Amino acid sequence: MLATYRYPDYPYSRCVEQRESRPRRHPVTVIGAGPVGLTAALDLAAHGLPVVVLDEDRTVSVGSRAVCYAKRALEIWNRLGCAQPILDKGVVWKVGKIFHRDRMVYQFDLLPETGHKIPAFLNLQQYYLEQFLIERATADPRIELRWQNRVVGVGAKSGHVELEVETPEGRYITECQYLVAADGARSPVRKMLGLDFKGQVFHDRFLIADVVMKAGFPPERWFWFDPPFHRRQSALLHMQADDVWRIDFQLGPQADPEEEKKPERVIPRLRAMLGADTEFELEWVSVYTFQCRRLDRFRHGRVMFVGDAAHQVSPFGARGANSGVQDADNLAWKLALVLKGLAPDDLLESYDAERIAAAEENLGHSTRSTDFITPKTAVSRAFRDAVLSLAAEFPFARRMLNSGRLSTPTSYPHSPLTTRDEDAFEGGVAPGAPCVDAPVTIGGSSGWLIDALGGDFTALYFADRESVPEHLAADLAALGETIVPVRFTVVVPPTGKGPTALVDSEGLLARRYDARPGTFYLVRPDQHVAARWRAFDREKVSAALRRAIGQVSGRR
Amino acid sequence: MAGKLLTDDRSGDADGLYAKLIAAHRDLTDEQSLLVNARLILLLANHIGDTDVLDEAIDLARALPE
Repeated sequence: MLATYRYPDYPYSRCVEQRESRPRRHPVTVIGAGPVGLTAALDLAAHGLPVVVLDEDRTVSVGSRAVCYAKRALEIWNRLGCAQPILDKGVVWKVGKIFHRDRMVYQFDLLPETGHKIPAFLNLQQYYLEQFLIERATADPRIELRWQNRVVGVGAKSGHVELEVETPEGRYITECQYLVAADGARSPVRKMLGLDFKGQVFHDRFLIADVVMKAGFPPERWFWFDPPFHRRQSALLHMQADDVWRIDFQLGPQADPEEEKKPERVIPRLRAMLGADTEFELEWVSVYTFQCRRLDRFRHGRVMFVGDAAHQVSPFGARGANSGVQDADNLAWKLALVLKGLAPDDLLESYDAERIAAAEENLGHSTRSTDFITPKTAVSRAFRDAVLSLAAEFPFARRMLNSGRLSTPTSYPHSPLTTRDEDAFEGGVAPGAPCVDAPVTIGGSSGWLIDALGGDFTALYFADRESVPEHLAADLAALGETIVPVRFTVVVPPTGKGPTALVDSEGLLARRYDARPGTFYLVRPDQHVAARWRAFDREKVSAALRRAIGQVSGRR
Repeated sequence: MAGKLLTDDRSGDADGLYAKLIAAHRDLTDEQSLLVNARLILLLANHIGDTDVLDEAIDLARALPE
């Protein structure tokens, strides 16, 4: 039991297959009601699909676990209309400090500029996050959450996937056209399909303690190398909701996990760190090791792996949950288009291409951070300590300091769906990258660009005052008829007007997109840029749109 | 293949250079010596800056027989 949180109980109830004693075929079934599975379900439902979610448990995450959510994941929940309770409850932060022994050697700011709806980072216990996502999913009639439904058999058939599910009332069979496996690092689906999960195992043990205290620390990420209170190891401090603080202690490879979890071992460590006068209460303790590994492919026919079931990283950099949420974001619109018959099945191959590239990037960062934090040899420790001792004086060494490279959104510049620039842009948001937010006004009220993007393809046209070429809306509507719907959004400069136009009230939008009058961005349903030009050209937009939904193989 | 790494004799005082490197480690434990060497490599690598030169030097240092 936690002092600050009461676990909700989601009761089991009998489903239609059990009542009718025969299988039904659902368009999509998601296994796992964690942050990633729930995000996938919410996104699929937002695209109008009915979704069944199977989870073996009947409550939320035990323990605070993931804790750190990055801007991009928060933007995805914002797109799905469920960010508000998360933002209200969570602790917003953007500053990180790195200490070596007893002095600060480096401080970074993850979002030094203003003009963004969503903050750089937010800390929240995973149980709150899951609870908020479940509340949202429960309110959505397209989502059916089935608690205490454990999948015990997976059968890939030619046109569907068959699942055998165990419940408190026995087993039943259900079918789906596509299966989203969000069943975590130990993914039973992965095991049942006999898939390899290869990579690097790290032996260093870490202690996580959640502590309730009224502390004077600011809402920042503090990381210590070799601090006086925990010599030759590292420590990490994060603020969470309800005056709960997350403290991580590196223990080394020899530590005994059962011994280290005992309060009589944990409390002296905390006393040494927090001082003898600080009152605190121990909320939750866990000892973990971690691995950096992934599946060779995330798509196996009609089974799509997302989140930890597909890839596992070290916790440094908050790249686990954050990358999983981006998997869901990447997959949902593609599954929706395929299931609606608007895109070929090939579009799903791009999920593999784009998210494997993302996983490689995350694994690379995660492995390098781990090598820095837990050096394996005397020489690597010497280089690490050399960097730490040089960093306080020399900027070049500060850039080598690595306490975890914090999650930033992955771009897909080399994706088969992305159309490369042929016009000249200086910066802006490159094809493949997720859209960058900016403040706007719409019909006189202030708002945000990201609220106008996503769900469908969006055409973002930068106009000179109100002058939009007359044929443009008709051309886009025609492309929508023959290819896939495109929402048409006009951006006008601060002096411009228009009842439906986005007014670039502070001029930041044009600056962040390197836009001039006539500039045209084509944005995917997941808010990533598919293509951009200096002027609208119907043929080029048509080709880019076809490419973005997998109708054109190869790329230009 | 000739690269960018300069390997001709560039020190005016080879004996002096060698002595300097040895002296840098005088009275240090092995662990302290490792640290000094690591700092030295990082400082010089940053001074050189050219990744081609560094790649060549790293490859050469690893490839030569013991």
